[in-house]
Amino acid sequence: MLTFGRGWWSLPGVLLVLAIHYVATSIGGAFAFTDWTGIGSFEWVGSRNFTTILEDPTMRGALVNTLLLAATSVVLVNVLGLSLALALNRTLRSRYVLRMLFFMPVVLSPLAISYIWKFIFDYDGPVNAALAAVGLGEWKRAWLADPDLALWAVLLVIVWQTTGIAMVIYTAGLAAVPAEFEEAAALDGAGLWQRFWHVVLPCIRPAVAISTTLGLINGLRIFDQIIALTAGGPAGATETLATKVFQQAFSLGNFGQGAALALLLTMIILVVAIIQQRVTNGTARES
Amino acid sequence: MFRYTWFTVLREIGVWILALAFLLPFYLLIANAFKPDDELYTTSTLAWPTAPTLNNFANVLSAQGNSNVTLGLRNSLIITAGTTCGLVLLGALTGYVISRSTRRWSRWAYYLFLVAIVMPTQLGAVPLYVGARTLGLTGSPWGMIVLYTGMLLPLAIFLYAGFLRQLGIEYEEAAAIDGAGSLQIFVRIVFPLVAPATGTVAILAGLIVWNDFFTALIFLGGSENQTLPVSMYYFIGALVSKWNSIFAVVIISMLPILAFYLFAQKRFIQGFSGGLKG
Repeated sequence: MLTFGRGWWSLPGVLLVLAIHYVATSIGGAFAFTDWTGIGSFEWVGSRNFTTILEDPTMRGALVNTLLLAATSVVLVNVLGLSLALALNRTLRSRYVLRMLFFMPVVLSPLAISYIWKFIFDYDGPVNAALAAVGLGEWKRAWLADPDLALWAVLLVIVWQTTGIAMVIYTAGLAAVPAEFEEAAALDGAGLWQRFWHVVLPCIRPAVAISTTLGLINGLRIFDQIIALTAGGPAGATETLATKVFQQAFSLGNFGQGAALALLLTMIILVVAIIQQRVTNGTARES
Repeated sequence: MFRYTWFTVLREIGVWILALAFLLPFYLLIANAFKPDDELYTTSTLAWPTAPTLNNFANVLSAQGNSNVTLGLRNSLIITAGTTCGLVLLGALTGYVISRSTRRWSRWAYYLFLVAIVMPTQLGAVPLYVGARTLGLTGSPWGMIVLYTGMLLPLAIFLYAGFLRQLGIEYEEAAAIDGAGSLQIFVRIVFPLVAPATGTVAILAGLIVWNDFFTALIFLGGSENQTLPVSMYYFIGALVSKWNSIFAVVIISMLPILAFYLFAQKRFIQGFSGGLKG
């Protein structure tokens, strides 16, 4: 039996990943139970940092906002992405150009994209100008300064930028659905919706699993968009776990509190990943 | 069944209208980046500039200090290129070893990398920052390259290992029979064969590093080695509603990646649809 490569070649890679992912994350996890400020000594404080998260209104709000943004964005992005993929599947002559255009925002920096949208939502910006032009002047407002609306404005930016990812994942999934399946169903008298629901959707279940997991994990990590659009404001209404981690650990020097928020974020993401693994393995066994 | 009919023409027109609405932010971006200061406040935000100017771009490129965008551009290029090289080297090597080894540890190593892909950076960032500060590595481009390489290595290894598992070992066997050594086989046979995976790794990792803001802000913010997103953040932070200058810096930050995208869009889209699937 021939063997290829030498085991020790993987040593630098394994050590680097162990150090940067596992060791650092474990130390960070331990920080979560201390009151360390980044300098000098610290005390173990048990679960106090976690009680603070639940008691402090903006931290609790950040947790709620994070879950809300992740859940709503994943639904919208996948519905829109799948619709686009279906609309651009097969027949359209200009489908390659259209796909290229819808995918374009994905490759750009979320920070740069968000500055464009900050202008769009500005009081003197295009949204209000358009509203005034069609006689809806009384709807004018500073969209990002309104605590009830700011989070939904952020959601819109995330959906606009990431729909392209879902679209290309579904496009790849749809390409693997044999045209004969759909033709056979059509011959049996299945309508457009029935064909989609009973033929196409079961075939692209792996794509659904990948796209939703990816969307959830990215949605839970939202940081750049908030920093550029609202900086967490107005009055903490758009804070997420990631922006709170940054504020607590790096702006205020509350390393312990920041680590506790980061640990919470990590646990949520790992739970999502484990559930996805279970669901995918389950469907694999079924078929 | 999938013929081009009048209904398809309507669908095509409908999607194009949607696409133009979808791209409206880019129109606003370009229209306002070329407006002189006086037009910014007197004309409609939706209007095209009557006297387009390049002054805003000149201002951006001559900014100094924390908002030095040209320096940021240079640093981003160095750090992205360095990280990509590191990832290709270590990723191909490690991915090769774990995909070819049949021992139990290689299976464990594979799971180790798989879990690390989804682990968020926030938790590790705190101790890594303290460690880097103690060693004096904050603000160093080399430190940043090592950090990014470590952060993205699990993804690179996963992509290489997945590609190599489908490749089969016939070429390597043939080379071994001809008397090639392990290192020779890797350098002359395996590495050229995994070129498609190298392309995917370079595109995905290059994009992530180029656009990264969180890690770059923490580790490089305020130093002279900060990357483009950080310089852009400081540049814009010093301006209030001077949208023409803000948009000029936004355009400058987008141009390199956009040019690359238009040049290699197929590979970008394949990278995202295939690469993240695994």
